[in-house]
Amino acid sequence: MYDGGKILAGLAIFVLIFTFPFWYNIGNAAYQRPKLEKPKEKNCVESVEFMRADHMQLLNEWRDEYVREHITTYKSHLTGKKIRISLTKTCLKCHPNRDKFCDKCHASLAVSPYCWDCHVTPKGDSNEK
Amino acid sequence: MKATYSLFLVFGLVLVALIGVGGLGLHYLFGVIIPYVAVLCFILGFICKVLNWGRSPVPFRIPTTAGQQFSLPWIKQNKIDNPSTMWGVVLRMFFEIFTFRSLFRNTKVELYDGPKLAYASAKWLWLFALMFHYAFLVIFIRHMRFFTEPVPSIFQFIDKVDGVLQVGAPHIYITEIIILVGLAFLLLRRILDPKIRYISLPADYFPLFLILGIVVSGILMRFFVKTDVVGIKQITMGLVMLKPVLPKSVGTIFYVHLFLVSVLLIYFPFSKLMHMGGVFLSPTRNMINNNRMKRHVNPWNYPVKVHTYEAYEDEFREKMVEAGLPVDKPLEQSPAENKE
Repeated sequence: MYDGGKILAGLAIFVLIFTFPFWYNIGNAAYQRPKLEKPKEKNCVESVEFMRADHMQLLNEWRDEYVREHITTYKSHLTGKKIRISLTKTCLKCHPNRDKFCDKCHASLAVSPYCWDCHVTPKGDSNEK
Repeated sequence: MKATYSLFLVFGLVLVALIGVGGLGLHYLFGVIIPYVAVLCFILGFICKVLNWGRSPVPFRIPTTAGQQFSLPWIKQNKIDNPSTMWGVVLRMFFEIFTFRSLFRNTKVELYDGPKLAYASAKWLWLFALMFHYAFLVIFIRHMRFFTEPVPSIFQFIDKVDGVLQVGAPHIYITEIIILVGLAFLLLRRILDPKIRYISLPADYFPLFLILGIVVSGILMRFFVKTDVVGIKQITMGLVMLKPVLPKSVGTIFYVHLFLVSVLLIYFPFSKLMHMGGVFLSPTRNMINNNRMKRHVNPWNYPVKVHTYEAYEDEFREKMVEAGLPVDKPLEQSPAENKE
């Protein structure tokens, strides 16, 4: 092989980069779904599946509706009840601890929502420095 | 025709994943077996291809260059485009790989009334190719958040910078827009320009549509057909830690995305996409132009048995002298002849 040393070195770098996820996790404990602090109240605003996938869009819509159009209630598709649109007074009433609820998944997925730029967290605001 | 053929091929692949996972419930095949086969195929195929290229002989320096070569002291050398030193080559390769210098030299030819043939600089291909490749790189790096726990701060940082616009929830990434614009240009260029359409093959359209499919399925999953992202991380982490798990909460859209990525990985080593490895082996870019300073012997020269003139004269000297031909070494007088 011509310039074999350089080609093999290049290939070694290639393999090292593209197998990164495989060797980086060696020795780490298996990934577990983050355990969230569950509230006493059984029903959330919507179903668990919906909240898991769509809570961020719901919150975004709530903000726009409340701030821009002054719509103050939301009708739940799950229970049919009218729910007050408020992060602090609705969401955080059942999930008051940011550290034990919101940030568990957000940290695991490297998501940094800007809710807390304006809103305060009743408990578990270890991220506020 | 070639474009529609490739487009429908990608549609077919999406359909395969939709039916396979959504209809038949082959989660293990699409979520574990195919991704592993794809990664193996990609890494081994890539290595084989590069080793195969490496075995090709490199007989001499190819002086196809874009600048003045090293010459007399009063002629200014272009040290990067026509390097005579190792560092010059390193810089030339750096600019080729990171800034696509060859594409920057792209020109267009147009025929005007007259008829007049005109050549002009064309930077659009360079610009959009650069946008596409860097967006793809950032997206690739961003995805490492699904393969590491805890996520290293470098990936978090890249994620934050990419989502700095903070539009919507989840945030729109800048690279999502850039890669779509880049892909759209690269595709429309092939479809709308008759000259390029003429030389385009399914092998040119298919990777574009495939990558477009991956990008669109990713965007759909992020913003429209939502699914359980933590469940996705369970799958990806299970895959890279060789303990596959398949949570039921993850929707079919994820398997479509994963299947298209797997197809890309399998297709990669056999396609034009190998320019990722090939750019490092470009003979016109990675060689020092020192033809005039160093002797380069063709390494595959067959060892020819030569009969030098000296040996020839030794063999035929007597006959040459007899025939009156000039010789380099005079005929040695033997002692016996002296006596006569």
